[in-house]
Amino acid sequence: MADRSGYQQMTALGRSRLKGKLTLLCDAKTDGSFLVHHFLSFFLKAKCKVCFVALVQSFSHYNIVGQKLGVSLTTAWERGQLVFLEALKTSLDIFFQTPAGPHPLQFLREASARNLQPLYAFVQEALKPEDGGEATWRHPVLLVDDLSVLLSLGVRAVAVLDFIHYCRATVCTELKGNLVALVHDSGDAADEENDLLVSGLSHQSHLILRAEGLATGFCKDVHGQLKVLWRRPSQAAAQRDRSLTYQYKIQDKTVSFFAKGLSPAVL
Amino acid sequence: MPRPVHWSRRGRDAIRARLSGRGQQSEMLESLLAFGGLVLLRDSIEWEGRDFLKALIKQSALCGEQIHVLGCEISEEEFREGFDSNINSRVVYHDLFRDPLNWSKNEAFPRGPLEALRAMCRPTDLRPVTIALDSLSWLLLHFPCSTVCQTLHALCRQGDSSPVERVNVLGLLHEELHAAGPLGALSSLAQIEVTLDGTMGRTSAHILYRKPRHRPAHQTQWFSILPDFSVDLQEGSTLQSQPHSDPHTLLVDPTAHLTFNLRLSKKERETRDSLTLPFQFSSEKQQALLCSEPSQASSHIFYEPDAYDDLDPEDPDDDLDI
Repeated sequence: MADRSGYQQMTALGRSRLKGKLTLLCDAKTDGSFLVHHFLSFFLKAKCKVCFVALVQSFSHYNIVGQKLGVSLTTAWERGQLVFLEALKTSLDIFFQTPAGPHPLQFLREASARNLQPLYAFVQEALKPEDGGEATWRHPVLLVDDLSVLLSLGVRAVAVLDFIHYCRATVCTELKGNLVALVHDSGDAADEENDLLVSGLSHQSHLILRAEGLATGFCKDVHGQLKVLWRRPSQAAAQRDRSLTYQYKIQDKTVSFFAKGLSPAVL
Repeated sequence: MPRPVHWSRRGRDAIRARLSGRGQQSEMLESLLAFGGLVLLRDSIEWEGRDFLKALIKQSALCGEQIHVLGCEISEEEFREGFDSNINSRVVYHDLFRDPLNWSKNEAFPRGPLEALRAMCRPTDLRPVTIALDSLSWLLLHFPCSTVCQTLHALCRQGDSSPVERVNVLGLLHEELHAAGPLGALSSLAQIEVTLDGTMGRTSAHILYRKPRHRPAHQTQWFSILPDFSVDLQEGSTLQSQPHSDPHTLLVDPTAHLTFNLRLSKKERETRDSLTLPFQFSSEKQQALLCSEPSQASSHIFYEPDAYDDLDPEDPDDDLDI
């Protein structure tokens, strides 16, 4: 199989079916954040309005990687295409002072966070259609990196599922946009909340991209494998196309995908 | 004299359809809808159950029933996709997808999911009704298991007290989301359990029928769902997927590896029959006792009476006839 640019291939796979859908990015025993960077740059280049809820890294981190992939987050933010919630910075407002009104990260102050409604309200406000005139941007996109960290911050799995449910109702169904979220699958049988979160999100998703480390361990030339699973196949998808597996290697400015066992390094 | 079997109207329709030679495709669906009660549809991430649920709904609609759908997971538009107008006219969608928890603080918020479900327990219509729950998993995640089970039980039993026939309740359940406890509780409520599985791109349904006073019956059926939500039955594949084992049945033979005999051979039985029991008083024993000489007695009893002893010279055994 020819070693096409990985991103082109993934885009071609998903393009026609991506509108109005929830795509779940899942990683197990590896780091799947390269998928987040890909989707961020992809949607910004496609002139979509993007709301990025970044819970784990700073703005400059995503900006540096984005520049390698050909987008400038600073420019996108300045012209209003990108709404960026930098949780690492914004959480200081919550920790050291009492906010005046509802704050998207309000759950950090609550002893037992019951739901993520303020965060949903933030997303809803960020992506609501512009009043009057022509829309400057194409369909809206919500990107979340990542959802597993919310469990570590004391939010219950059902509350996270409800948050994604409401985001899906607004962004996917009402606004015909896309939702892309990353979650970590620890594979640890003892972590029931995380298992519930991953399973619940999988059932809500239309497309699941699962990045896994190789079963044989770390390899210099093959960084992992990617399983693609289409769910809720509208009648168009044939049964046999529902699931695919690729292996990948992450390079400086791109990711290359190839069929299992056909990495150029091992042929 | 065997008791007469009471067939519901649905059951009679199923038999009639079979006799009239209507396609085999609808037979499987009709057998699932014939008896009323809870039909539990267990699916997984890889083998989704919503299409099968929609196939059952289409079958109910074709039988002239009205279907109430409690929609918590997908939008009404997405749910109705693929149904023609005839079927859509029979489907009433209770939309609990858009705002199930009333986050929009709508003053005119009609009711929550449980209230909507309880309202279905009070039927106002005399026509037969099917209730589809999409999904039971959503209800179990948001309400206590006991509440959900009680509401389901009330739903299924409403036919006993009202002129409406027994109601079909179709519940979609995502297996991975629940522990063994709630799964077991729902299994015990269900009349029929359908577990979706598959292998090599083909889907199978393992059906467990639980009729009262009958042994549970298993059936495995390979199928695919066509774009119009009719079911195409297929021959079983040689690579049968293992059916999910029923946790209540043990597959171990309890008569193996015992430390005692359950059966006797003929010789052993004869020996046992001829054995004299130790405390059975027979004539031989009587003779043996009478023949034993008091002078040959090897044991003596020495008794020193107390001051308070009441010694009676009469032998209390005198009146015994030995």
